[in-house]
Amino acid sequence: MTFINYASREINCKIVYYGPGLCGKTTNLQYIFDSTAPQARGKLISLATETDRTLFFDFMPLELGTVRGFKTRFHLYTVPGQVFYDASRKLILKGVDGVVFVADSQEERMDANIESLYNLEENLQSQGYDLMKIPYVLQLNKRDLGNIVPVEDLAAELQRKSEPVVEAVASTGVGVFDTLKAVAKQVLTELRKG
Amino acid sequence: MADTPILLREQQYHQIKAVLARLRMDSSAKVVFLVDKDGQEIASQGEVGNLDTTSLASLAAGNVAATGGMAQLIGEKEFPTLSHEGEKESIHISVIGRLLLVIVFDERSSLGLVKLRSKQVSHQLATMFEEIAAGDYDDDSPFAEITDEDIDSLFS
Repeated sequence: MTFINYASREINCKIVYYGPGLCGKTTNLQYIFDSTAPQARGKLISLATETDRTLFFDFMPLELGTVRGFKTRFHLYTVPGQVFYDASRKLILKGVDGVVFVADSQEERMDANIESLYNLEENLQSQGYDLMKIPYVLQLNKRDLGNIVPVEDLAAELQRKSEPVVEAVASTGVGVFDTLKAVAKQVLTELRKG
Repeated sequence: MADTPILLREQQYHQIKAVLARLRMDSSAKVVFLVDKDGQEIASQGEVGNLDTTSLASLAAGNVAATGGMAQLIGEKEFPTLSHEGEKESIHISVIGRLLLVIVFDERSSLGLVKLRSKQVSHQLATMFEEIAAGDYDDDSPFAEITDEDIDSLFS
């Protein structure tokens, strides 16, 4: 939920990166962390297993600049992608202002994408949100790999509304900031509506 | 649709800070925080120094969310307090409605004192926050007039 503090002149919004296991949610955050000036971001907190799989969430606060005299801070979260961490995923969606669905473009991950997208819709619903109404971006990640599904086919299968679709290679940063921009814009536009 | 934004006005912020300052003194704590259940820091008081309060707020909320999830699995509504005792530093978290009161303390205080003092202010904080949450966002939101150019300027 967006939190506006008049005393510190800050707006805080929460964005959650969702998607199947190993689709590149943490890699998105890691790239943003690595390529942002230290004064514009806080620490990247990763609650991960010993094998670097997300156990609970990754978290990173990011300051984008000033709008109407208010600092805009985005709290970026990832969820654990593995199927059995569903209880944790539900918790992380609480108070969300915008969602990025990171799809894995590889052919063999198509079913995992579809399952994760259904899971997102269900979990949003359980928290009282509607995917059709919430600020939302579809990122098609791993576009640099050989065995990938064409963009049109992925979009036909995964696009739920007229959400922006961004092609990405999160490991090298391609599309990472475009994705963030697309979702942040929608979140701020929602603020205008009140 | 996302939730309605919460507006914290300057006067309300200073009132909360005053309550936290008194609580910090009464409980001999190092730092006292008020955090939203979603992980947003609302206000803090004390020896903040180099403490990363943003991360602490997010982790405290994650901690409460995880234990709340466990509570529901065993048929409890939630666990209203959480305590983590370290060798020198300890943390006590109380759940007050949709707020978390987080108190960091060391050997100058004790868990018993911290629990007692936080319970004493919890009703006051809950009432204050109810008023904040009930505030009308549409009244004088600074963002009602926000333009596409304002938003684009963030990314230029």
